[in-house]
Amino acid sequence: MSEPIITFGDEELVLEAENTSVYYGSSLAVEEVSLQIPRNAIVSLIGPSGCGKSTVLRCFNRMNDLIPGARVTGSIKYQGVNVYDEGVDPTDIRFRIGMVFQRPNPFPKSIYDNVAFGPRVNGLTDDLDGVVEESLRRAALWDEVKDRLDDSGLGISGGQQQRLCIARALAVDPDVVLMDEPASALDPISTQAIEDLIRELSTEVTIIIVTHNMQQATRISDYAAVMMVGEDRVGHLIEYGTNEQVFGNPVDRRTEAYVTGRIG
Amino acid sequence: MPNEQLDYQLAHLEAEIVLLGGLVEAAIFKSVRALRNRDLDVSRDVITEDDRIDELETRIQNECVEQIRRQAPLAADLRRIVGMMFIANELERMGDYAEGIAKVSINMGHEAPLKELEDIPRMADLAVSMMKRSIEAMTISDRDESGKLAIEIENDDDEVDRLYAKVQADILSLVEEDRHRAVRGTYLLWAAHNLERVADRATNIAERAIFMSTGVIVGGNAEAQAAVSG
Repeated sequence: MSEPIITFGDEELVLEAENTSVYYGSSLAVEEVSLQIPRNAIVSLIGPSGCGKSTVLRCFNRMNDLIPGARVTGSIKYQGVNVYDEGVDPTDIRFRIGMVFQRPNPFPKSIYDNVAFGPRVNGLTDDLDGVVEESLRRAALWDEVKDRLDDSGLGISGGQQQRLCIARALAVDPDVVLMDEPASALDPISTQAIEDLIRELSTEVTIIIVTHNMQQATRISDYAAVMMVGEDRVGHLIEYGTNEQVFGNPVDRRTEAYVTGRIG
Repeated sequence: MPNEQLDYQLAHLEAEIVLLGGLVEAAIFKSVRALRNRDLDVSRDVITEDDRIDELETRIQNECVEQIRRQAPLAADLRRIVGMMFIANELERMGDYAEGIAKVSINMGHEAPLKELEDIPRMADLAVSMMKRSIEAMTISDRDESGKLAIEIENDDDEVDRLYAKVQADILSLVEEDRHRAVRGTYLLWAAHNLERVADRATNIAERAIFMSTGVIVGGNAEAQAAVSG
């Protein structure tokens, strides 16, 4: 039984992992992670390759369902309801908890249709133009693409494509956006734009971000969760604290070793 | 997996701080010896040699900035580099106090001091010992050990303050007996004041050493104890 490393008292939690373990087939990948995510926080998930960060991230909106053989135990509560309960439609969960991946993955459709995709699936027909514009504005992309909304989403730069994917995620007005290394394939200017955007969005959206870039995690996150993999190849959450704690004066020696580049 | 490049640079910076401390130690002892022996040539040497202290301090600051730029350090690495920048600056200022004592000595010319100097050299001994131990505290990564040293240094600072008060009282009574002693008395007070400041800066270094090992910035003995035991 693991306990959350920090708790948030009366603060509203949007997500809470309780003793969440993930198996791929018969092998245990992540063991008993307990993690509370307060509303409108930016939480970074950090740790060496193979420690299970992305695995944990994918639990929050049941993206692991799509991986053959993946099995999740424990619970992931979204606004108090276990998203793995029978009767919960994972598609609904994914509308509320959106995701942005490492490589920008726009649909091979127009910029407009990329953003309008989710609202259309949701049955929205009124004021689709308004939703597209607002989403592109929130993703800080509107000014760059407003005159070429019919162009292919694949025809813009990598940084713009990533912001398009963020606009696509925002178009269904999610509560939470999960980001799996969203800037690792981008140049410094695009990275800066994504980081600014993340900070901007956090006034209304909760963001959980997996990143290998310690400086990026330090710049943008309010809290950082550190995962580590042992000899047994099983990932564990070893420290969860404020940005100041994790990057300034970590409690766990392994965190210290990781954030100072002494564990790859 | 060690971060070899950064570990090497941190060790190198630490060695340069120790070297800077050595230069400052020599400057303080020389300045006080010259004051006591009325050796103006040695006083002049102290003033000239302060340039070396300033140059080394500048070099350390530049190297720290360079490592921050190259390595973007975090956690203990960041605290060590920032701590060393602060400590280098404190040591440079201690060098200025030695230079100040040398200038006092030159201003006194060939006049003998009011009396055989005893407490001022004792202040120098204690202040330099504090400075050396504060640098030692910086080099020790064990927070308990560096904390013990820091607390010891804070306590010694009280002794320096006590000696300073005694020097002040002694000089004032000598001046009261004969007002012609006022100018020389003022010079000696100035020298003693500089040594009192050296000791204060040694406690600053000790506090910074605690920050480097614990991450807590302390401002006094009680806080130092709390940081180390907590």
